[in-house]
Amino acid sequence: MAGQRRNEIGRAVPLLAPAYLWLTVAIFLPLSAMIFFSFMTGLPNTGKPWSFTLQNYAAFFQEDIYWRLLLSSLRLAAEVTFWCLIIGFPAAYALAKLLKGRMREAIFLLIILPFWSNGLVRIFSWAMVLREGGLLDTTLNAILPFKISIDLMYSYPAIVIGLVHSYVPYMVLTCYLTLQAIDDSLIEAARSLGASRWQTLRRIIVPLALPGVIAGAALIFVPVVGSFMEPRILGGRTGTFYGTVIEDQFVAVFNWPLGAALSFILLAVVLVVLALASPVLRRATS
Amino acid sequence: MNRLRLIFAASTILASAFGAHAADLHVLNWKGYGADEPWAVEAFEKATGNKVINDFFNSEQEMLTKIRTNPGLYDVVMINAAFNDQATAENLIQPIDTSKIANYGDISAEKAQSPMLVKDGKVYGVPWVWGLTALAINDKSFDTPPTSINVMWDVKHKGRVVIRDDAVEAIQFGAIATGQNINDIKDLDTVKAKLTSLMPQIKTFWSAENDFNQLIASNQIDVGTYWSGSADRAKTQFKLPVSLVIPQEGAVAWLDAWSIPVGAKNVAGAEAFINFMIEPSFYTEWVTKVGAPVSANTKAVAALPEDSFNRKVMGDPEVAKRIQFQAPITDAQREAYLKAWQELKVNVK
Repeated sequence: MAGQRRNEIGRAVPLLAPAYLWLTVAIFLPLSAMIFFSFMTGLPNTGKPWSFTLQNYAAFFQEDIYWRLLLSSLRLAAEVTFWCLIIGFPAAYALAKLLKGRMREAIFLLIILPFWSNGLVRIFSWAMVLREGGLLDTTLNAILPFKISIDLMYSYPAIVIGLVHSYVPYMVLTCYLTLQAIDDSLIEAARSLGASRWQTLRRIIVPLALPGVIAGAALIFVPVVGSFMEPRILGGRTGTFYGTVIEDQFVAVFNWPLGAALSFILLAVVLVVLALASPVLRRATS
Repeated sequence: MNRLRLIFAASTILASAFGAHAADLHVLNWKGYGADEPWAVEAFEKATGNKVINDFFNSEQEMLTKIRTNPGLYDVVMINAAFNDQATAENLIQPIDTSKIANYGDISAEKAQSPMLVKDGKVYGVPWVWGLTALAINDKSFDTPPTSINVMWDVKHKGRVVIRDDAVEAIQFGAIATGQNINDIKDLDTVKAKLTSLMPQIKTFWSAENDFNQLIASNQIDVGTYWSGSADRAKTQFKLPVSLVIPQEGAVAWLDAWSIPVGAKNVAGAEAFINFMIEPSFYTEWVTKVGAPVSANTKAVAALPEDSFNRKVMGDPEVAKRIQFQAPITDAQREAYLKAWQELKVNVK
């Protein structure tokens, strides 16, 4: 028995080694360096003396701006995840259950298409659409009989729009995978036993698709909390978030220790949020 | 500590090992700021045989970060004189042998001898150009140009005002608006209060020249803080409706200089490049083709037409009285300014 298990491990090692070697070099080492930095007073290559300190972490609790920024980032992430779900789930359902063959492939391609373009290009395209006198403003004024002024650029809604656009494919893909796995005969059975469409959706489809929804939500929520590119470019004066402050520490003011500490606090908070959510989610999925 | 430094160095040697030829000249500067003009690069390459490789930064701090984390990569770097002290103290830049730079003697004495650039008789920066952080207006929005800095606070322009996302620049701008010395801000709270009342006016924060020009081109702003050379460039090269306004309250003046980083591989090329950059022929072509700040080389300014902005307005003694040159600031000041600016930006929400 034991010999057999050892044999299994022996066979797995050559297959696992490249991936774990890569993860060690590419993720574990730089991350360890960042943890190390986060406890330093300054970087050694500036030529100034440095020592170990907890001050970088203390700064987060001493000054309420970091707290408030983190809360607004969490709220932004929740909102973006919500809109991704509202937009992504019906699309995934249509892909999985309503469309077949060529049609499905074509629509699928259109959903993945944004992934093939550079993120920065996508954001700047939104800038052209959303600003006053931009594509949206001009088009609506050309169609509508009355004059309206649409200037969404440099506002909170602009950030949400840009982020939802970037992340909605994740929700579609994860939901599609679970929806596709639902046996059509379950839905037919429910319908033939007298369940309405709404009941079928609520009692059969949504519970079975929940793992996909949760996976999608996690994939979206976590990066959006730390996002900095979209808020900075689309948000204007309202674009200061937790992620932009971390970016400032690294790029603008060269305070890597504080930037690293703020990043690890973000990581901890995200893990806590996911941990708090997990019992609820586990109950929902089982 | 030394081992850490070694790790830093090792990671950057890898990066610099690629594509480092003897005649390559790595230049670090703002984008679109003279050194990367194709006609200038071509003329310089033809004259000296060096191959120019440009790299760019979006803030002075990013520039320092790039030199710190890539030792030996850059041969010549453009450093605002107010940051020269910090770069020298961190041992990032080396003394320059000015005897190798033929045009050095034509630089106006008070700039060449500036204590920000010359330390213990050694020259750590060769003055290149100077200019102002003043206001720039969208010509379409004003019949007569404003004269006071308070136009930024005018409710008529609400939501059509921009300011640069830079803590030091913003606080020094606030100091001028509250009648204080930018290098000795006695009352930071008044500055904060003044800037807080500016925030509802702001459309967005800009960081690089292109951001500002885009906002003007799409007619989204009326007025904002801007650099004098950039305003000239926006007008000359991009044909944008931009005019520089030097408010009666004053403006922040800065001096940009060229330095050679410690460990530069092509020092001779760097010296030739600096000489080329302060040459009158390069400067006049830069001003006429593209638009530029004021050269530190007196012969270069004298070569401009008499009515040109850089000679007439910037050389005006009345303007000289109003402007305040940026001096180096301490780390403690920088941190205080950054904190104040961050709070302002967060409270706006």
